[in-house]
Amino acid sequence: MSDLLRIANVTKHFGGIKALTDVSFTVRKGEIFGVIGPNGAGKTTLFNALTGLYQPDTGAIDLAGTSLYRRKPHEILKAGFARTFQNIRLFHNMTAQENVMVGRHTRTTSGVLAALLHTAHNRKEERDCEAYAQQLLNRVGIGKHTHTLAKHLSYGDQRRLEIARALASEPKLLALDEPAAGMNPNEKNALRDLMVSLRDEGLTLMLIEHDVKLVMGICDRLVVLDYGEKIAEGTPDTVRHDPKVIAAYLGGEVAA
Amino acid sequence: MNVLDTLTGKAKSRVWLTAALLLLGLVLLPFLVEASLGKSWVRIIDLALLYIMLALGLNIVVGYAGLLDLGYVAFYAVGAYCWALLASPQFGLNLPFWIILPAGAAIAALFGVLLGTPTLRLRGDYLAIVTLGFGEIIRIFINNLNAPINITNGPQGITLIEPMSIFGFSLGKTQDVLGLTLSSPHLYYYLFLLCVALVVFVCVRLENSRIGRAWVAIREDEMAAAAAGINTRNIKLLAFAMGATFGGLSGGLFASFQGFVSPESFNLMESIMILSMIVLGGMGNIPGVILGAILVTVIPEALRYTGDLQRVLFGQVYIDPADLRMLLFGIALVMMMLFRPAGLLPSKQRKREFAEDAA
Repeated sequence: MSDLLRIANVTKHFGGIKALTDVSFTVRKGEIFGVIGPNGAGKTTLFNALTGLYQPDTGAIDLAGTSLYRRKPHEILKAGFARTFQNIRLFHNMTAQENVMVGRHTRTTSGVLAALLHTAHNRKEERDCEAYAQQLLNRVGIGKHTHTLAKHLSYGDQRRLEIARALASEPKLLALDEPAAGMNPNEKNALRDLMVSLRDEGLTLMLIEHDVKLVMGICDRLVVLDYGEKIAEGTPDTVRHDPKVIAAYLGGEVAA
Repeated sequence: MNVLDTLTGKAKSRVWLTAALLLLGLVLLPFLVEASLGKSWVRIIDLALLYIMLALGLNIVVGYAGLLDLGYVAFYAVGAYCWALLASPQFGLNLPFWIILPAGAAIAALFGVLLGTPTLRLRGDYLAIVTLGFGEIIRIFINNLNAPINITNGPQGITLIEPMSIFGFSLGKTQDVLGLTLSSPHLYYYLFLLCVALVVFVCVRLENSRIGRAWVAIREDEMAAAAAGINTRNIKLLAFAMGATFGGLSGGLFASFQGFVSPESFNLMESIMILSMIVLGGMGNIPGVILGAILVTVIPEALRYTGDLQRVLFGQVYIDPADLRMLLFGIALVMMMLFRPAGLLPSKQRKREFAEDAA
């Protein structure tokens, strides 16, 4: 498998707080890559630094040959790196379909003039965009909620809608920030099936998750962060037995 | 368009009939108004049409993109002074309207971008304060630009501005059209009506487009909009520029209609009035904004009659109509906040927002 995302020595400090220090790892094409660690380990900061919401202090970020270092969020999305948020961030007063259509912004081109003149291209693009959005809603399993307002969807469905919105940009890499948080076991299972099927279709996924069972069961490889530093990387089995990881989660000193 | 497609033949013909009646009503309106209320009222509805254009322009910035702009009148001023300088004895120029109007709109759009650029990081209250300052800067600038070189004639303003002349057909004097004798306010009425139709058309098309969705997405959650691939900087600047364009256009029309411009026409109160039209009518909803603009323009004029009424009833004027206007305006806004917080004719989205908050 070839490398899709390479990050090297990414560092982000907020004043005296070292949120990320020299984090390096590689995500391979077609895998589900986990990012785990105790609370405050810097997982979400890492996602924010990768997707342009924070500017990293130093480091290199490279997606399929394109540098994403210090680029704007929309440029990063256009390059093929989409994400969801830990605390769901939908456009609450827009319908499910409209939410997904906004997610398609970078893959559509109609500007002011096209909209004013209703050019053939513009009309076709709008129709295609609507159809594509519907298709994605079906894909994540909320196809019957096309015209439901985002805020009226159930919690689990909101998570799904956020995934659909991210998928609308046709990403190469999809980063999910705690997608299973607050879900019941049934919803978790459905989410897991969705992630696996997306991977099987060729999408690469990055996943921050606290549910160890879910992470260990689904991830091909993972990286463990603690206090903003990478302490382990590898398959679930190697990571599980890494003494540093055990120490980070359970506390206490590592036996030399 | 989509709505029409879903209707049956009968319902469709009903829609067309309504539209035709509405059009007829709008064409006849100045005559009806003149016959019933007097000549001065034709000028008042002309002004109402101008305010509709302004309110629709500001609605793009405030209603769609959610950027609270309290200096909108600056763009109106830019458009008005553009016309005043290019078609008056001030510089001895008299350029045709098809140069001045687009130039005024374009310069206003440029000012929109100039205002937008430094305020990109600001939201809500902070943005409101900066835009308020911008509006005042433009007004004070115009007020003082009579020395060392006299450009704007300072507080005296510019007089003897050329009226609109469309390829030799002047709207500034009484004309015979198709056997009808139309006075200048009547002629301007039809011009403004046409312009309002154009502005409404632009707003409707933009509202239901990729750009319109991007504006609403930014209003809803700017960070999520950026992460969903929207270039928030460009889309916000576009909102400022589009809004300013309409402001500049209305300004040019205002200057030609009024024949006189001075800095005091473009004070903060004017910006607040335009914003109130939107809030009162229904932010983000075109019919609501139009209704708001009409009410806020027409009601103060109607209140002038209360002075005469008081004189007839009590023999003297107890409450000055101008004070009454502010009093009623304040009461109206408070009542609105209590009973119809989303405006008289709220947009679907605003209705949803407020319905949810109340529940």
